[in-house]
Amino acid sequence: MSEIIKAENLKKYFPVQKSLLEQLLARKATCVKAVDDITFSIKKGEIFTLAGESGCGKTTTGRLVLRLLQPTSGKICFNGEDITRLKGEKLRLLRRKMQIIFQDPYASLNPRMKIGDAIGHPLEIYDIVKSKEKMKMVSEVLDKVGLTPPEQFIDLYPLNLSGGQRQRVALARSIILKPEFMVADEPVSMIDVSLRTTIIDLMLGFRKELGITYLFVTHDLAVAKYISDRIAIMYLGKIVEMGDKKEIFSNPMHPYTQALLFAIPIPDPERKRKAVELKGEVPSAINVPSGCRFRTRCPKAEKNCAEKEPEMIAVSPDHFVACYQAEE
Amino acid sequence: MMEKKEMSETKVKRSILARLLPQLRSLSKRGPSGWMVIVGIAIVAALVTMTAIAPWIAPHDPNKANVGPLRSPPSLQFPMGTTALGQDMFSRVLLGGSVMLQVSAISVFVCFLVGVPIGLFSSYVGGNLDKAISLVIDAVYAFPGLVIAIAIAAVLGPGVINMALSIAVVYIPSYFRIVRSQVLSIKELTYVEAARSIGAKWYTILLRYVLPNVVPSIVTVLTVNFADAVLTAAGLTFIGLGVSVDIPDWGYDLTKGRELLSSGGWWVITFPGIMIILLALGFTFIGEGLSELLNPKLES
Amino acid sequence: MPLLEVDSLTVEYKSSRGIVRAVDDVSFSLDKGQTLGLAGESGSGKSTLGLSIIRLVPSPGRIVKGTIKIDGTDVLKLSQDQMRSIRGQKVAYVFQDPMTSLNPVKKIGAHFVEMIQAHEPNTKKEDALERAKTILNNLSILTERINDYPHQFSGGMRQRIMIGLAIAMNPDLVIADEPTTALDVIVQAKILDLLENLRRTYGMALILISHDLSIIMERCDKIIVMYGGNMVEYADSTELHKNPVHPYTQGLLRSIPNIELTDQKLSAIPGSPPNMLNPPKGCRFWPRCKVPKTMCKEKEPFLINIGNDHFVRCFSSPEEGAKDIE
Repeated sequence: MSEIIKAENLKKYFPVQKSLLEQLLARKATCVKAVDDITFSIKKGEIFTLAGESGCGKTTTGRLVLRLLQPTSGKICFNGEDITRLKGEKLRLLRRKMQIIFQDPYASLNPRMKIGDAIGHPLEIYDIVKSKEKMKMVSEVLDKVGLTPPEQFIDLYPLNLSGGQRQRVALARSIILKPEFMVADEPVSMIDVSLRTTIIDLMLGFRKELGITYLFVTHDLAVAKYISDRIAIMYLGKIVEMGDKKEIFSNPMHPYTQALLFAIPIPDPERKRKAVELKGEVPSAINVPSGCRFRTRCPKAEKNCAEKEPEMIAVSPDHFVACYQAEE
Repeated sequence: MMEKKEMSETKVKRSILARLLPQLRSLSKRGPSGWMVIVGIAIVAALVTMTAIAPWIAPHDPNKANVGPLRSPPSLQFPMGTTALGQDMFSRVLLGGSVMLQVSAISVFVCFLVGVPIGLFSSYVGGNLDKAISLVIDAVYAFPGLVIAIAIAAVLGPGVINMALSIAVVYIPSYFRIVRSQVLSIKELTYVEAARSIGAKWYTILLRYVLPNVVPSIVTVLTVNFADAVLTAAGLTFIGLGVSVDIPDWGYDLTKGRELLSSGGWWVITFPGIMIILLALGFTFIGEGLSELLNPKLES
Repeated sequence: MPLLEVDSLTVEYKSSRGIVRAVDDVSFSLDKGQTLGLAGESGSGKSTLGLSIIRLVPSPGRIVKGTIKIDGTDVLKLSQDQMRSIRGQKVAYVFQDPMTSLNPVKKIGAHFVEMIQAHEPNTKKEDALERAKTILNNLSILTERINDYPHQFSGGMRQRIMIGLAIAMNPDLVIADEPTTALDVIVQAKILDLLENLRRTYGMALILISHDLSIIMERCDKIIVMYGGNMVEYADSTELHKNPVHPYTQGLLRSIPNIELTDQKLSAIPGSPPNMLNPPKGCRFWPRCKVPKTMCKEKEPFLINIGNDHFVRCFSSPEEGAKDIE
């Protein structure tokens, strides 16, 4: 299988706004190191998950891959083509092949645009079909996402729909162009629990039917386990563990991954759970700890963890960890 | 000729009414704000109609002197009295709104056409261009409106268009600022990012995603702007920078009425004054009511 | 005698568009030191139920029926002053959003002093601060931070402070409304661990309100599943885990990914939560139910005791319901 996305040494730093006086006094610019040198690739047709807690940089990475943000440094390749510095019209045309679903179904739809128009807008942008054909395609895709009968929904505004329905509209809008690649940014975290599977199943269905490759961004590891093929765990801008889903979940090697997995609630009242060993809070992304940035909270931290950042090493053909303690 | 004109005008009015009535009915169901809008529309419509049909119902030529006794208070023959030159006040009041309405309509139109696009473009593009334009606009905004209007009117000279232009310059900053503050927050919203992600061009995003969400706030500025323009126009004519004296005008009558006040004549200043207040009030009602309807406060 | 006894509680909201029965005929009891989980999705009424126990239902909501007995006293019959002395002292509430529940211009210490002095007016400020420091210690927050302001703390720490304020007066019952919703999974686990420790140390009862059935099943002794204002299932957590009967409960359990299982088949519940202004006739769940009978569409089901202190509001017999589990 070929790689549809390859990210190499990707970095995104956001400058911190400072007053004039602070700027004069400071010796160097301070930045929020949202994404700090990550490398990964996504195979065509797979579901690759970026998992981690808030502030780890997974959402920013999703935006970078889609070029909704400009990387500070590093390289992104789409289908082998370097798209890192793409601008203007070329970038716009790329959008036809890469789409995104956002987290908040209440914010991602234009409140003053009818559903039919919103879903059909991508068709207009790329001048794909005439207007009669357009409504036909919109109806087809509404059918596909389960908003039937389509005629009932085409003239509605977002405020007439529930959160779950809005997310389906957003999905419809993204797939009407039959993209090759889609970033799903926490697509179900703001939807009622009983409806989440509907959206997830739709996404899985589109993978089968249209061959879409997904980058799934989430903090919910249970959903990640259900849906992914491969997964990468992020912490404070870096990938700490990455590989085949089954391996990672059955044999987590990085202390952070282990802590994450232990913290997930299990709907079983008879399970005795271990108390959380992790101390402290996530450090600020402006003042990142030296060496391994997880060492301030790690129960297994040793002296050498503070000196140099651990490299990603292969524990098995598809299981990589960045941790000195995991090497033993 | 006059009859044909009259008939076609009434026909137009009837068809407008036919389209408006169902909308008004739905407005009346929206509570006190809806009623405010309806009352405002009624007042403005009444005054506009009055001014429109005035040429046919005015009993005397408003400019003709000595149609009645000089400086006579309201009577059966002259319900609003006469001026120092013996002109009929009633006729003058009926026709005097014409200039004011034209001036405020044109100035608001120009304002809108200039202020909104500049505001949209400047704030969406952002950066140094936005900073530069904002500086200029803020400078204009810093001046008291009447002062600018006077300055420009003095340069341009009398006339309806010139009055309209000088007033327009005063209010362009208001449109710019309101549009800019809306766009600045809207352009950060997710649905705008979504529009970018599907590949929409920047002007499509502005027109179809940003502008429709900015419109509610523009509408309220628009109507309040009308009210303001009316008052500024009155101010200009009051000082004598308006139109020439042989066009009847409420603002002009205010000046003349003031002169008469010292000798006890109250009617020349009062009736045009009431008309100006009514017109401004009508627009204000529409604006306030719409503002409440389009941006409702949270219900408990 | 149970610590809390709720009987036939009904709460209505009156709006210009009609009446919403946010809580409809809910009855349950809670003993000292027990945990009760209120599980449900948006519109289920679980938050309203929690608020009504301390009579803080926001207007236009009103408790129209039922009794709420705390240690035998019906709080619905108490005056506002008597109620105020119960809030915070006997029953404490942890609100959903720690970001906005703390006063941004007051130091953390001042929050605690205010809380303590409100209930024990004769306490000196220094004594109150000492107690606050002890509590902060239990919350794993450095005591020096007693002079910090809320914005200097992270979301997780603010939630811990909220919990600290709630237990400051050593209440018998703590009601926590979605205490971990805005928080990451590790912080969530720490907060829930904290609640558990405090509970054991001080012998408090806990009502945990959440849409996350996983944490409710994991940490509660008893569970109430709410749907559309109704209590559709009520049982001990072990019993519910072994034998979920109501189609909604079963549907919920089948839609939650369980990280311990491999090759899980998840399924969604079709349809969407009911419109509370115009709920379906009969059982509120029937439009989404796999096995609705004709009776379900006509009459509202009542609560049946199917043994083992397990209550279900459903016309389908337990046997039929059990058949539906894959």
